[in-house]
Amino acid sequence: MSLTESQTPESGPVDDLVMRDSMKSGSLAGRPMLMIFGGAVVLGALSWLPFGSVNWARWVMVTLVSYLVLTLVISRVVETPRQATDRFATAVMNTAFLLVLLPLVSVLWTVIERGSNRFDWAFYSQSMRGVIGAGGGGYHAIVGTLIVTVLTAVIAVPFGLFTAIYLVEYAQGGRFSKMVTGLVDVMTGIPSIVAGLFAYALFVLLDGPGHRSGIAGAVALTLLMTPVVVRTSEEMLRLVPNELREASYALGVPRWKTIVKVVLPTAIAGILTGIVLAIARVIGETAPLLVTVGITTDVNKNPFSGRMATLPVFSYNSYKFPTLPPDASIDRAWAAALTLVLIVVILFTIARILSSILKPKGLR
Amino acid sequence: MTTLESAPQQQDDSSFGEPVGKVGDKVFHGLSFGAAALILVVLAAVALFLFAEGLPAFTGDTSELDGDGSFLSYVGPLIFGTIYIACIALLLATPVAIAVALYISHYAPRKLAQTLGYFIDLLAAIPSVVYGLWGISVLAPIMSRSVFPWLRDNLGFIPIFGSDVAIAASGRSTFTVGVVLAVMVLPIITAISREVFLQTPRLHEEASLALGSTRWEMIRQAVLPYGRSGVISGAMLGLGRALGETMAVAIILSPAKGYFWDVLTTQNSNSIAANIALQFPESSGLEVNRLIATGLVLFLITFGVNSIARRVANTGFSGADG
Amino acid sequence: MNSKRRILTGVLALSFAAAACGGSDDAGGTGGDTTGGGGAETVDGLAGTLVGGGASSQAAAMQGWQVGFQQANPDVTVEYDPIGSGGGREQFLAGGSTFAGSDAFLKDDEFETSKERCAGDGGAINLPHYVSPIAIPFNLSGVDSLNLTPEVIGGIFANQISNWSDPAIADLNPDAQLPDLAINPVHRSDESGTTENFTDYMSQTAPDAWTFGAIELWDDDGPGGGEGGQGTSGVVSAVAAGEGSIGYADASQIGDLPAASVGVGGEFVDFSPEAAGRIVDASVRLEGRNDYDFAIEVNRTTDDATVYPIALVSYHIVCLQYETQQEVDLVKAFMTYIGSEAGQAASAASAGSAPISEEVSAEILVSLEQITVAG
Repeated sequence: MSLTESQTPESGPVDDLVMRDSMKSGSLAGRPMLMIFGGAVVLGALSWLPFGSVNWARWVMVTLVSYLVLTLVISRVVETPRQATDRFATAVMNTAFLLVLLPLVSVLWTVIERGSNRFDWAFYSQSMRGVIGAGGGGYHAIVGTLIVTVLTAVIAVPFGLFTAIYLVEYAQGGRFSKMVTGLVDVMTGIPSIVAGLFAYALFVLLDGPGHRSGIAGAVALTLLMTPVVVRTSEEMLRLVPNELREASYALGVPRWKTIVKVVLPTAIAGILTGIVLAIARVIGETAPLLVTVGITTDVNKNPFSGRMATLPVFSYNSYKFPTLPPDASIDRAWAAALTLVLIVVILFTIARILSSILKPKGLR
Repeated sequence: MTTLESAPQQQDDSSFGEPVGKVGDKVFHGLSFGAAALILVVLAAVALFLFAEGLPAFTGDTSELDGDGSFLSYVGPLIFGTIYIACIALLLATPVAIAVALYISHYAPRKLAQTLGYFIDLLAAIPSVVYGLWGISVLAPIMSRSVFPWLRDNLGFIPIFGSDVAIAASGRSTFTVGVVLAVMVLPIITAISREVFLQTPRLHEEASLALGSTRWEMIRQAVLPYGRSGVISGAMLGLGRALGETMAVAIILSPAKGYFWDVLTTQNSNSIAANIALQFPESSGLEVNRLIATGLVLFLITFGVNSIARRVANTGFSGADG
Repeated sequence: MNSKRRILTGVLALSFAAAACGGSDDAGGTGGDTTGGGGAETVDGLAGTLVGGGASSQAAAMQGWQVGFQQANPDVTVEYDPIGSGGGREQFLAGGSTFAGSDAFLKDDEFETSKERCAGDGGAINLPHYVSPIAIPFNLSGVDSLNLTPEVIGGIFANQISNWSDPAIADLNPDAQLPDLAINPVHRSDESGTTENFTDYMSQTAPDAWTFGAIELWDDDGPGGGEGGQGTSGVVSAVAAGEGSIGYADASQIGDLPAASVGVGGEFVDFSPEAAGRIVDASVRLEGRNDYDFAIEVNRTTDDATVYPIALVSYHIVCLQYETQQEVDLVKAFMTYIGSEAGQAASAASAGSAPISEEVSAEILVSLEQITVAG
């Protein structure tokens, strides 16, 4: 779920065992397996070569399928059936992994390729006010996204953090806390569009029909971000050893100060990382903002009145309602998409750095 | 380190601040309890507001609405579409997700595994509008050119791939959406599965290997049984995400009204979330109420799925612990 | 160079002077003709904010009008909320906006409400300011022109005619090499004025072939079948991607796709902005409203082969009397600009709309002069 938990497979010794195991019997270990894969690639190429033009889809599919089949057959012939099954399983894992890389690489490549048409200074410095056709940019949308996201974080972080503190530090596993834990799980599953509808319905009651504002969007996103903050913070707080708390109590430190000065600093790396990742999650949300914040061509820095442009909605709208000529709009849509992906990547990198810098050294 | 430094400082503060500590404690306890209670209030409010704003769709003058005005005949195909699309996505994603999770936890070299985990997490955070744009401009053409004809020709005997209706030349069908959603939910299932696979007790694994098992046999004997409930709850969470996915469906799918099983044609049942995104911007009056009412239905569906996921996770983990 | 500078004028208004380093419009010189005709006349002392909202079909045109008007009157801000026609009328009638943009004129009961919303007792008037031709793009390799009568169009979209080699089509196109290929009719999957106007055209001209009336949302009351695309771009991309597809979309957005010629009075008419603009002249004004109202029952059954009958007609709805002089001045000036040649050129450049004829424009001007402050 998050970067904070160690994804390091701590299977060193197991790996060694397996390696030695396969070395012993391994007539196919190492190079022969590579050759099998190479053969599969060639087979895949043969599937389109006679037709003259590259058919990527067929190449990939034939390669992967023949890799699986070849592995199974050759290993069956050369090695024992048990080892053949094992080899086949390994091949399946490798295939699955390659299969997953395909869309990821394709998505990133597409976004970079198409987004780069408008990856220029103008896109990051101009709004769409007074722009017809080509030119213009997403400055207003970037400003809007930042405002809405910061507002969301300002509401969701304390809300989520205090809930987590309650669950870990105060609740003694009572009924109420169990219920809250359950409801947080339910909240995690709220579809984003439903969160948007809720915020819309709320502000319609307060302000009348047709309400659109940045704060309504922030409320919708808060609904999506809070449970993520609660969950990660809760996990991190639980990782803090009880000895630390007891030591603090023994010194006569009141509970709240123990939490503020002992528990939170110990867990801060994980909590911050979790928050950054939660922000990365909500910053690209489109549907809830579509129904609550709307879209405009101007920079609107006041989240309490009027529509705001946000990057995801800007991208979607430029794609859906292109102005004349359409290509200029579509380019802007992709440039906005690229910007979003860049923001997410940057946030992820920040999360990584945070978690490595702030990790308390004594606690590994 | 941090804790050692701050502890003495604590003492100084509290030595002359005993009553302050008491007050502080009360305030802090109140704040955190308030936040927890607020979760409850917010969720109740979500249900309440959706209900209040959705209600006029039933009580109002429904002749104002398009169609025959009956809510059930309106929401029925949408419920079907929502669940159908999500199930296809899940069927495609789960096996691959388990394999990738195993690959990361038990096959890939340690360094590579860390990077992979990062990339899989990144995959989960790419905005859905980006997936939608990618799906319509990259995946859909590939699907209609290479994949659909093949499925129709070779697997046409399976009802979901074969019908009288021509395959969608633009590729905007349930199957394409299913693949895109599969890509989107895969990281969720992978992440959770990976965590539980990594938690497999080392002793179990080594015991299996000591008996002469191959790596795959060890995984089947030790890792998979241990991780089963985790995988199921991960899949359920993925299902929840797929049910609520909006933009990718709205951008890619060619919707029609009714129940459609064939996944390769231009006739597809829309999902609730995508329908809201499509109609909301131009709606007014009772139409908005009706859309909100469908939102409430979606909320109830995901609520149900998540509750089941939680139950599975709870029973599973406690069993494994014991 | 020139085009670059013109684009930037609008931007400079926002004081993003830093942007002057250029590079903003790699997409090319199209910007030049887009702002070409946009200049409005400056009205002395005009200032304030004019708030409108409504049809999203007008959003692109409104951008052109905003730019043209605000350039001439820098102290004025025009805001337009593309919240949909129904929402726009609702908001206007509730007093939330000064004017509304709507793909449909005020209904009778809404007109009654408008008498309460507006000052005086004249109520509101509808001005057909935005006419956008709807083209019928198709995708058939080897065929780049196609003649279709209303009956055949209705038959295709009602799924009665399902193959390109159908004699009904072949008879109209003796020269075309029509393949034996299933027809894939593409429609809008979202609610839209384009769908309403297109289906209205079919139900007026071919009521036997198209029996579903004028509908805003295809899936609710339509014939079913066919492919749905989201928004104009969704329809266009679906047609472009699928051999054998045919659809309907704003003419300015169909790109390189060929569009069908439509049968009118025994001849076949290609869409052109001028031909589409004449539809307003060919229609009759609705009876029973006040004298200055310009709500029209769009007449698509004309025999006049200079008219292209498939067009979206979208209105601006304004009060005859307002409470304040400022509102009156702003509305009058803005609406006069929109109806003027310059204003129509601006929307043609930004949205590819069809200019309304000079006669209609002059008549609308008469209505606009009636707008006064209550008292």
